[in-house]
Amino acid sequence: MQDGDAVFAGFMINAWATATIVAIVAGVVGYFVVLRGAAFPAHAIPKGAFAGAACASLLGISTLIGLAVFSLLGALAIGTLGRRGRQDVATALALVLMLALGAAFLSLTTQYEPEIYSLLFGQILGVSALGAICIAAIAILYRPLMLSSVVPEIAEANGIRGYRIEIAFLIVVALATTMTVPVTGALLIFSLMIGPPAAARSVTSRPVLAMVLSVAIALVTVWAAIAASYLVNWPIGFFVGTLAALSYGIGRGWATWRRTHTGTRPAAALPRQPATDHA
Amino acid sequence: MHQLSMAVFEPGFFASPQVHVAASIGAVVAIVSAVTGVFTVMRGQSFAGHALGDVSAAGGSGALLIGLTPLAGFVGLGIAGAGVMDAIGVQRLRGRDLATGIVLGAAIGLSALFLYLGTTSGSATGATQQILFGSIFTATAGEVTAVAILGALALASLAAIARPLLLATLSPDIAAARGAPVRLTGLLFMLALAVSVGLSALAIGALLSTALLIGPAAAALRVTKTVPGALATACLTGVAATWLGILLAYDSYYWGPGHHSLPVSFFIVAIVFATYLAAGLLAGRSARRQEAVPAAAAAGRDRIAA
Repeated sequence: MQDGDAVFAGFMINAWATATIVAIVAGVVGYFVVLRGAAFPAHAIPKGAFAGAACASLLGISTLIGLAVFSLLGALAIGTLGRRGRQDVATALALVLMLALGAAFLSLTTQYEPEIYSLLFGQILGVSALGAICIAAIAILYRPLMLSSVVPEIAEANGIRGYRIEIAFLIVVALATTMTVPVTGALLIFSLMIGPPAAARSVTSRPVLAMVLSVAIALVTVWAAIAASYLVNWPIGFFVGTLAALSYGIGRGWATWRRTHTGTRPAAALPRQPATDHA
Repeated sequence: MHQLSMAVFEPGFFASPQVHVAASIGAVVAIVSAVTGVFTVMRGQSFAGHALGDVSAAGGSGALLIGLTPLAGFVGLGIAGAGVMDAIGVQRLRGRDLATGIVLGAAIGLSALFLYLGTTSGSATGATQQILFGSIFTATAGEVTAVAILGALALASLAAIARPLLLATLSPDIAAARGAPVRLTGLLFMLALAVSVGLSALAIGALLSTALLIGPAAAALRVTKTVPGALATACLTGVAATWLGILLAYDSYYWGPGHHSLPVSFFIVAIVFATYLAAGLLAGRSARRQEAVPAAAAAGRDRIAA
């Protein structure tokens, strides 16, 4: 580890490859997370799915199965409860319920919390397969998802059921966020799903361009974070979190600068529902 | 009667000083959270209410690192986070979720750094779990006083801005037309929310903090028609859920053969969640019964309760 080449040696290659896959998935899925205002579910589902890991360790089965089952249950709970009430309330309550179950499971096991996840580090093949599924799902859902996110009324008129799209999208988010939990931690992908897509959206309003840009920013963020973490020896999560927020700040600054200097409307003002500010 | 009470309250429940402290701190936090929560749910800021718990927990670990009291860190970083959320645009419907997400992402990163620096410098290892789940049973009597004072402060500032805040929440257009300080009340609300959430996250853990902020308020808004009614119902529900949860957690020690008690947070959250579902059923039934209610009134109520 003394020589500079070690950044690319052995286990570090794993880190680079995993982070690259995570950044691509986060950049694409995150675009829709930001567009649909689904940041809360994107935070809540992987965090709550920890209960699944605790439950699995209690039952002595694979942690990955526990995570998968609980993240799907979380997505369904948020979608179903959110249909009858407010979605943010539904998300908060589903999250605390899952965490409380996790606390109960944890109190019944003798295992120390971080060890529940520790079995799984380095499962790079699994991550790339799941990442590919997420990207494929977004590609298939692209048109109805885009319509129902931007102009829900027109989508309904075209026979696209908002509720079904919502559930399908939440399941994609659950897959994308939770399956990376054992490899990178729940927190890293959340930051990547919000900052880079939001930055991209404040630069351009064209969806595909914004997605490409968002993936590019996410990639730069993780690569810079790994390098910085290697140099300073601080956790990667810190650099990803701050760099992602910073990229959004730069994007906003860029949009403001362009508005004042060229007089064009900011790209971020793509209206979802006009005149509902402050509601 | 005596036997019944013996069966419900396992031996030593009323004599335990831990139970006294837990019950009083729980009640204070439940009331402050319920009142703040009614406004939070009405304004659709549940995500911010939850995220500020994580933000202030990051402040708590940062404060420990530089030798400040955790309370200063919790409330300090919570207020800073609320300020940034407001600056990014937490008040606009479209940007709200994003503003919270950006701040939360950065705070989680900070938290990772503080915990890393904290563990490498050799202090507490179980810190994550303690901050997330907290424990109402480990609170001290001194904390009760601090929490009560700051809680009263948060409630007083909410009371001071209650009228313009309600107007800005229910009909922002009218509020803007009348020249009410919509932006300022929104900011003040975020600051009060940060203090309230920071306090409860410190006292009872981030998990219960969110549960008591959102659950009782959302349940109350489903079954009541007026704001004072919702506030009173939310407070009662919150305190009842907290006390019942403490009782059940205490009793659970005697349930199984293993003498292993379940966490208090589990019981409180289960009760809160069941109450929310029950309130939904109740509201659904009464809505069906009064189908003749004028559409306008119903729409107005839905806007509050939804």
